[in-house]
Amino acid sequence: MPRSSSRAIFKRAASSRPPQRVNLRGVTLPLFTPSEDPGPSFVGLLGQLGIDRADTHLGPSTAQGLEGLAHGTTVLAVRFNDGVVMAGDRRATSGHLISHHAIEKVFPADSRSGVAIAGAAGPAMEMVRLFQLQLEHYEKVEGNPLSLEGKANQLTLMLKSHLPAAMMGLAVVPLFAGFDEYLNRGRLFQFDITGGRYEELDHAATGSGSIHATTVMKLRFDEGLDTAGALDIAIEALFQAADEDSATGGPDMVRGIFPVMATITADGFERVSEEDVAERTTLLLERLTGRRR
Amino acid sequence: MTVPMYVSPEQVMKDRADYARKGIARGRAAVASIYTDGVLLCAENPSNTLRKVSEIYDRIGFMGVGKYNEFDQLRIAGVRHADLKGYSYSRADVDARWLANQYAQILGQYFTHEMKPLEVEMLIAEISAEPGDDRLFHLLYDGTVMDTTTHVVIGGEADSIRERLEGSWSPDAELGAALRDAVDALAGSNRTLAPEDIEVAVLARDNGRRAFRRLEGEALATLLS
Repeated sequence: MPRSSSRAIFKRAASSRPPQRVNLRGVTLPLFTPSEDPGPSFVGLLGQLGIDRADTHLGPSTAQGLEGLAHGTTVLAVRFNDGVVMAGDRRATSGHLISHHAIEKVFPADSRSGVAIAGAAGPAMEMVRLFQLQLEHYEKVEGNPLSLEGKANQLTLMLKSHLPAAMMGLAVVPLFAGFDEYLNRGRLFQFDITGGRYEELDHAATGSGSIHATTVMKLRFDEGLDTAGALDIAIEALFQAADEDSATGGPDMVRGIFPVMATITADGFERVSEEDVAERTTLLLERLTGRRR
Repeated sequence: MTVPMYVSPEQVMKDRADYARKGIARGRAAVASIYTDGVLLCAENPSNTLRKVSEIYDRIGFMGVGKYNEFDQLRIAGVRHADLKGYSYSRADVDARWLANQYAQILGQYFTHEMKPLEVEMLIAEISAEPGDDRLFHLLYDGTVMDTTTHVVIGGEADSIRERLEGSWSPDAELGAALRDAVDALAGSNRTLAPEDIEVAVLARDNGRRAFRRLEGEALATLLS
């Protein structure tokens, strides 16, 4: 009888194989020897199995032809009494053209945190998908979720590995916000393309309309805001950003497209209903119209 | 010249099976049972940190008994497989049947080719979108797979526990009733199990994308009383 050693059914280290793009490895059960085990990291697992993520293969010549790609624009977050509100407009632009009218830029990262993105839409969506999976994978393997700070640091690592692509013009600039169970309050983090992580106290915005959105939030922010107050500030901030920045989409009354908004509290990430956002937008428009009569 | 001693294949397999069974029988048992809104996973487990019951994917749960390090490594491999498959294809393409077959391959390979078989018995549960299609896959140490749509007992003294559970199990049981039946079956007639002695989780249809939810503390105590 052949006596294969117990190693025989374990995978060999990725280094001994050429990296491959087509993923078929996922369809057999991945077992590792202790020294090769990627631990609770999904990105580490992809690396160990030799499944490349394409962004590391961009050469200088790839930069040409990227001008036409879709870019997401303004997203923001405001802290309030019970947590954080996140919001994002719905427009994607390619240069001076509007490429999509109703894309989404605010996503749940896991049950108690959210991530919003500005920048090159394709890589940003992929980063969000991988980030969500990374958090869930860690939680399942370890049996406990990462701390909020741990999650923010994971996003830093992803941005760092994305830097070569960002230098080619595929910059992704996310916002991360969540409810910190240890401190019992909402926290928000801003990032830059190098992975620099900056925690903000009250509000944060990123994307082309962020200057105008920030001004609104700065002027209207109060300690002790309730949910409704924070939602209204976020809607007005996005409206004013859209008013000044051509790449940011305002409320679209014709198609019925309104910003994506979510609250993150001790009860978790919850998307604000479309009707609620529409109603708040209508009230804001009435108020602004009233000023001019 | 020494002649290697001849041992018949039957004897080799029997010895290995006995060895694995002995290891598994030393551990405490676990019960999976299908109730109206999902699948109940309930294990006798005094430890609060070394889990027997865990989540694999959106609609898939895992339960293992026997040697902890062995079934835990298989659990992690299952999570990795499921997440990779969902990442490469789509979340809807991850299914328990495929996973159970992979586990069966590994268990079978260890059983026939390795010095020591894995001393584990495992259960993969999957809930469907509508009641009536929930599945339980029962895996033995030698790679045998069985699937049922009612209930499964794994671990030590499984036969007597199964007998007790068979008397009380019903497809129309609510969660509370299903849990009490499972705990009574695990305990037997001459002892009672406190909430601290058991580890309970459900795959519930009303739980959103990730159907897996642990029942602990007060929620568990309320359901048991």
